[in-house]
Amino acid sequence: MKELMVRAIYCEMLGYEASFSYIHAIKLAQQGTALEKRVGYLAVSLFLNESHELLLLLVNTVLKDLQSTNLIEVCMALTVVSQMFPKDMIPAILPLVEEKLNHPKEIIRRKAVLALYKFYLIAPNQVQHIHNKFRKALCDKDPGVMTASLHIYLQMIQENPEGYKDLTTSFVTILKQVVGGKLPMDFNYHSVPAPWLQIQLLRILLFCSTIFLCRDVAALCIHCYCIQPLSSFPAILYESAKCIGNFVLSLKINLKYLGLKALTYVVQQHPKLALQHQMTIIECLDHPDLIIKRETLELLFRITNAQNVSVIVEKMLDPFLKIMLCCCIIYTLFIVLILFSYEEYTYAPDNEWFIETMSTVFSVGGDMMQPDIPNSFLKLLSEGFDSVEEDRKLRLFAVDSYVSLLQGEPGKLPQRFLQVISWVLGEYSYLREELEAATVLRLLAKLLDMKSTSSETKSWVLMAMTKLCEGGAGVSVTQEVCETYGSSLDTVLRQRAQELQHLSQDCELRARVLPRGAGLEPLEVDSSLSFLDGFVSEALAAGAAPYKAPHQRQEELAQAKALSLEPYGLSLPISMSSCSIADRQSPTLLSVSSGLSTTLKLDGVKRVWGREGYLSEREPVEESAHVEVPSPLQSPSQQGEADSSQSQTLTPIPTPQPEQEKQQLASSLFVGLGSQSSVCLMGKSESTTQRFRRKAKDLAVSSLEQTSQLSQGPAAANGICDVELTGSDMSETSPTLIRDNGVVAADPAPHEDPDKLKDLCLRTHLPAEFSGLCHSEITPLCTNQTLDFSACHLQKEDSLALVVFIYNSSDSDIQEILLELDSDELEVSCVCDSPVQEARSHSVAVCQYSLTVKRPSVHVEVVGTASYQFPAGTPHSAQFSYKLPLTSFIRPLTVSTEEYGAMWLDFSHDTKQKLTLISDGQEPLTDTLNVLKKKLQLHVVEIIGMEGIVACRLLRDQPCLMHCRLHAGTLSVWLRSPVPDLPDCLMYHCQRALQEH
Amino acid sequence: MIRFLLLFSRQGKLRLQKWFTAISEREKKKIIRDMTTMVLARQPRTCNFLHWKDLKIIYKRYASLYFCLAIENQENELIALEVIHRYVELLDKYFGNVCELDIIFNFEKAYFILDEFLIGGEIQETSKQIVNRAIEASDMLQEGDSSEWFEVELFG
Repeated sequence: MKELMVRAIYCEMLGYEASFSYIHAIKLAQQGTALEKRVGYLAVSLFLNESHELLLLLVNTVLKDLQSTNLIEVCMALTVVSQMFPKDMIPAILPLVEEKLNHPKEIIRRKAVLALYKFYLIAPNQVQHIHNKFRKALCDKDPGVMTASLHIYLQMIQENPEGYKDLTTSFVTILKQVVGGKLPMDFNYHSVPAPWLQIQLLRILLFCSTIFLCRDVAALCIHCYCIQPLSSFPAILYESAKCIGNFVLSLKINLKYLGLKALTYVVQQHPKLALQHQMTIIECLDHPDLIIKRETLELLFRITNAQNVSVIVEKMLDPFLKIMLCCCIIYTLFIVLILFSYEEYTYAPDNEWFIETMSTVFSVGGDMMQPDIPNSFLKLLSEGFDSVEEDRKLRLFAVDSYVSLLQGEPGKLPQRFLQVISWVLGEYSYLREELEAATVLRLLAKLLDMKSTSSETKSWVLMAMTKLCEGGAGVSVTQEVCETYGSSLDTVLRQRAQELQHLSQDCELRARVLPRGAGLEPLEVDSSLSFLDGFVSEALAAGAAPYKAPHQRQEELAQAKALSLEPYGLSLPISMSSCSIADRQSPTLLSVSSGLSTTLKLDGVKRVWGREGYLSEREPVEESAHVEVPSPLQSPSQQGEADSSQSQTLTPIPTPQPEQEKQQLASSLFVGLGSQSSVCLMGKSESTTQRFRRKAKDLAVSSLEQTSQLSQGPAAANGICDVELTGSDMSETSPTLIRDNGVVAADPAPHEDPDKLKDLCLRTHLPAEFSGLCHSEITPLCTNQTLDFSACHLQKEDSLALVVFIYNSSDSDIQEILLELDSDELEVSCVCDSPVQEARSHSVAVCQYSLTVKRPSVHVEVVGTASYQFPAGTPHSAQFSYKLPLTSFIRPLTVSTEEYGAMWLDFSHDTKQKLTLISDGQEPLTDTLNVLKKKLQLHVVEIIGMEGIVACRLLRDQPCLMHCRLHAGTLSVWLRSPVPDLPDCLMYHCQRALQEH
Repeated sequence: MIRFLLLFSRQGKLRLQKWFTAISEREKKKIIRDMTTMVLARQPRTCNFLHWKDLKIIYKRYASLYFCLAIENQENELIALEVIHRYVELLDKYFGNVCELDIIFNFEKAYFILDEFLIGGEIQETSKQIVNRAIEASDMLQEGDSSEWFEVELFG
């Protein structure tokens, strides 16, 4: 049997299906002797995957083997468990695996830790309660077990860097021990002590972002060719840059690759570091290995700035023609770069260049591009920039160049580009007055006749024609097209053709449906689809089954075939009674509307608006923009240095011809790198901070120009850098201070003395109307030589007040402190008379803001910038951020059970999850709800048997309803709200509250 | 996390495959085809790293056999290359001067060694001795069921 099984595995590997042997593999694992069992388990782990249904048959075998006294059997069971195990069966074996953590043999402990790691990956909720045991594994005396536990920690720290700060020292100690050669000899790998362990530790430390890293670790890091974790420590960067140079120069191709990668990381932080290596980089561009070339392009992409953009783009486009296939990713990056750079209006030399480059990109990239690129291009065109005249020119040029393209050979253009062209022509060809609509129509109609045109493109074209067919222009063409496609087999095309026909005949309707230049106005979508209510009730009356939400269906399904988790013979009946009626009833009715909406919504939109609907999508652009790099401000001294090094390389030395060419290329590629105008390309999602930073930069620059005394210049610039640093530091630490609900009343946690004093002193400055209310701890925000900023928040009945204290510690008065607060998630309104404040020397100025939530998020953040002026006249600015949990905005909502029932039906956004129950006391449900009530300020409406209903509202008046039910030892919670995202955020906080309890 | 490990010959014949994530059969076939064509097409003296979708492919050639490892994007390529090398070292130690035929005829052994070295896409044990001891102990089962004895040998 064993031999046969091995052959079956071999067959499977050769690509022949051997599914008939799956069941035998399971049987072999179950019944065979130890050796057969081993082959059986191997076969199972190769044949089946986590979702395979036969795997359920293995659960019992695994259970039996885990309890076996034979160590080898336990090992085998643990191995198979950590390779694949059905997710819903985890509870059955979890206690046994946990038990193995205390096993005397280290190999068993190690495998158990890895099995738990696997569980953590596939079902993090289920292993939450054993986090403490992981700590024990981390301190295990066997290095193997400790190494295994690092996998879990890496994962957990990635998700929550704050929570494991206390472990940082342990990790550093371990690392020191490893580097110091304290591990047994057999962990050495070619005389490097445990390199995998080191890398793992460094990756963990990267997330802890600790300052403990010392120089010998740095040396080691480079030794391990591991630059990435270092890129956050500037001091080490300079040292590493030297080593990187050696890597890039290295003849060994792998090291060269790594060197380029490392340089890319480093350059993100300090663009001028690339200057040292410019010649090498140029050489790499011509390297025969495509992968090397690609990395070089990526590096170039990082150093793009206003002066060298056109050279770099040219350089990039050229190799693309040859190596398209392996360059898809960077290709995208690069296009996004152009788009954004253009938006910033700093990089692109002019309109023509932009449009032409985009045309090249589209025709080269063709259909390999992600669809969001053309979309964001169109969005850019339609939204336009600051000046109307510029927009008009840009669009006009686009129309011109596209018309000439169509007059050429449109057959060769890729589909995506054709779609872009037809949209632009449909939307903007009226701008070119001498161009007749009929001409454009004819051109578009030509596209329709081409064989290669896909039906998607055809519908874009038809849409464009619909926009163009105004005032009887080109009636014959439209008529013809309508006739051809009115009977098309493709329903979308047919619909488009019908639209075209109707709208071209009815001018009035057309003007209403497709007003010119209105592509930008947000569409109003009735997401509850109330206009379908009549239809739904008719259908219900006619005997149709009411709609059930997917999760509800799933739950029913699960209950129908609920499996016993116990070994055979011990099985218990699963409590079917726990599903109650109240839960069932309400959803069925309400989901009629919300459920239908998912299927019908799109149709409703499309029919009228067509493809432009895409344009309101912003996310794809923002996401891809993350890759871009913030560049630090550079102090003038660095700037000088950079300039000098640049001029050094550019000094004309008599060189042979090719060398000279290369140098020329180098100088054009690296121009502007060292100067203060370094790349500033941040993603839009961070637009607020970016705005601030840019302002800060402007200020720095202007201050440099204004003051003739250069000595003050660096101080100012440095000052700003410092402020930024502290500001961001604060934002990191603040969540720990205000985590638990923020409201720490009169008994603040024990502080160090000076802090407490300051706290008290500031507290006296709280505005009088807040004296009765409890406020959060006063958190320091940022500090510089003269001003201390700190803040606290107060929960009022209908709003949240944020109070910012500005303490002036200098001897001179500071006037005109302009404080601006901004936030993505919040609406900030100033309560004071004017945003401008004045801080007398050694006294406190107070600003008051009122906050409401615009868009719910788990934590919300207010970013502030303060700009002020000394009497002497030098402008300064400081930045800070203040983080709040969403719970500060939650207030109880008092409703009766009937009102609750009515509201429940109206809300469309919901989420469902199982939470742990607090089961110390007699009544777990009541206890749990009370904890939630206390921590999150919810209102418990009523508790009926095994169920509880709870209500709360988000400021102002955005209700959220919660329905809890005891089910098999857990609390299944269902949240509903009219506000998107709110249920998810609240669920997160409920989970946290219960965990912390 | 390591996604998969493939061993194939210069002719593109698959010798061993290990998937650490759930992938459908069709997808697997496609990946294997992509990998073999991509890796075999590489010129000599080019670097050992490739990009494929969002993964990094690390490959190394030992005699006529290619070892091909896929890792996630944020991971270190060189250390993955060393993973391959350590695996080859383990095979070498077990078989004694390993060759392709060893893996063809005893490929379940190669799997067992791999299972002791990597688990669920992460490195389980880096010490050569410990891995070998575990393998040998399991192999003892073949000889007879004298479990008392080998337990001492294995874990003592």
